[in-house]
Amino acid sequence: MPLEFEFERPILELEKRLRDLQSLSEEGHIDLSREINAIASKIEAMKIDIFKNLEPWQVAQIARHPQRPNTLDYINILCGDTFVEIHGDREFHDDPAIVSGFGIIEGRAVALIGHQKGHDTNENLFRNFGMPQPEGFRKAQRLLRLAEKFKKPIIAFIDTPGAFPGIGAEERGQCEAIAHNIMLMARIKVPVLCFVIGEGGSGGALAIGVGDRVFMLENSVYSVISPEGCAAILWKDASKAKDAAKAMRIVSSDLMSLGVIDGILREPIGGAHHDYEFAATSVRETISTHLPVLQAMTQNDLLERRYKKFRSMGKFKISPEIEDA
Amino acid sequence: MGWLSKLTGSKKTEIPSDLWNKCPKCNEILIKKDLAKNLHLCPKCDFHLRMPVWDRIAMLTDNNSFVELDNQMESSDPLNFLDTMPYTERIQKSICATDTFDAITCGEATLDGHRILLGVMNFEFMGGSMGSVVGEKVTRLMELAYEKKIPVVIVSSSGGARMQEGILSLMQMAKTSQTIARLAEVSVPYISILTDPTTGGVSASFAMLGDINMAEPGSLIGFAGPRVIEQTIRQKLPDGFQRSEFLLQHGILDLVIHRRQMKSILSKILKLLN
Ligand SMILES: [Zn+2]
Repeated sequence: MPLEFEFERPILELEKRLRDLQSLSEEGHIDLSREINAIASKIEAMKIDIFKNLEPWQVAQIARHPQRPNTLDYINILCGDTFVEIHGDREFHDDPAIVSGFGIIEGRAVALIGHQKGHDTNENLFRNFGMPQPEGFRKAQRLLRLAEKFKKPIIAFIDTPGAFPGIGAEERGQCEAIAHNIMLMARIKVPVLCFVIGEGGSGGALAIGVGDRVFMLENSVYSVISPEGCAAILWKDASKAKDAAKAMRIVSSDLMSLGVIDGILREPIGGAHHDYEFAATSVRETISTHLPVLQAMTQNDLLERRYKKFRSMGKFKISPEIEDA
Repeated sequence: MGWLSKLTGSKKTEIPSDLWNKCPKCNEILIKKDLAKNLHLCPKCDFHLRMPVWDRIAMLTDNNSFVELDNQMESSDPLNFLDTMPYTERIQKSICATDTFDAITCGEATLDGHRILLGVMNFEFMGGSMGSVVGEKVTRLMELAYEKKIPVVIVSSSGGARMQEGILSLMQMAKTSQTIARLAEVSVPYISILTDPTTGGVSASFAMLGDINMAEPGSLIGFAGPRVIEQTIRQKLPDGFQRSEFLLQHGILDLVIHRRQMKSILSKILKLLN
């Protein structure tokens, strides 16, 4: 694991001691099994203690871990060689920050869309760190329409810091592209399952995030603006990102209690980057559970329920003391 | 006299500072009460200043035809949000300062005799930001339009989603956009008017989803704010970048219309589409 977090340090230190003891015991032919077992169980207890009590800002760090499984990692595990990638918006460009295509999961042909981050600098430069241009969103629109035409359910993977803020992006209508995606997805006549697998950053995330069911991986985050961006605007100090992360309620349990998502998917302890298969299995099982339910619904029922789901989001009050003039 | 007359060397500006404004474009001193009579246009350079909600409603609707809807809806601080000030306090301040409960005023009215449902956003209320109240009011307006088959006009002015309501603000983009999709299914026109500034979560949802999207001249319209873009690409932005005329040229907007012509063009479009 190339990147280690400050909050993991006590675990890493114990693990090192464990390795030292193990080699000492092997080389010296002495029985240290009692000490070794004690440390091993201490490590397990400490892992549970640390990873069950992470601060929102720490979860955001895990969500952005460079080795965290990305969209193509999930697609490769779930679809294997059945996946066929569909490139380009047929208007301007192929945006590598969004991947789309068709594949088979558990015997079902599905359409797949996702933001694509890289695992290293080169990959990230190519993928623009998962920040789409308008043509990326328009590529997704093409796929949504194809999925509808051929009656294939849609699986969306959300993992972006946000839509790219650049000159070309604005010239080509970034805001229109996102708005159009959201509107199209809200009424698409096939089931849509969304998975926030890492970073759900703002409108660029929601652009492929309007689904009949929306799930978050345990250590993913989803927010209206990045904690850094929020801190810079409201606290006038980007270093207050920790406070902003907490105040905005960006972790999966928050979104569950706010009624924005339908479920939280388990990850291996320490984060999905420790075990891709584990994380992919969570996704596969969720698809297998929910897709048949959605596919059994009539088209009207599906659309009406999706409408009501997003219709009910938001909290407000009607102030009683003011009467109509 | 004070520093102002020294600065301008002009006698006619010897008036209390709360009664005048400066034109952001040509620096002309503008007397507020004259401005209101001139539709908040600079008499010297024609710059479109931000227009107060009720002046906008008066300009676009027939005399006394506007009946406000949902005027008692107020934010309930769903996250108990606290930054350098509690969100509830920011809300109360904005309510006192603007005499409205949130960043959009909605109602039913006639425009040259055409029945319309009208929403006008108020940038003075927390930067026109969209939280649950704006989302719900836009949604109700669209749903009423769907039921009664009345065209909708929304005048936007917003910095984007309201951070203090977190993810719920983001979800208002989905909530409002889906009602527009549904309205489109029954062929009721929705005309979006973008004014200075319209960015972020509002431009990336209902403001860009009109059957006709038009803007006032010189309005800042875009997804990302210019400062964010400059910081990201470390490059100076070209002149006129993200202004209405720039968007028109790039094919993103349908029309750029002078404020004085706004009502008559709306009337024409309503007649043509309805
Ligand atoms: Zn001027």
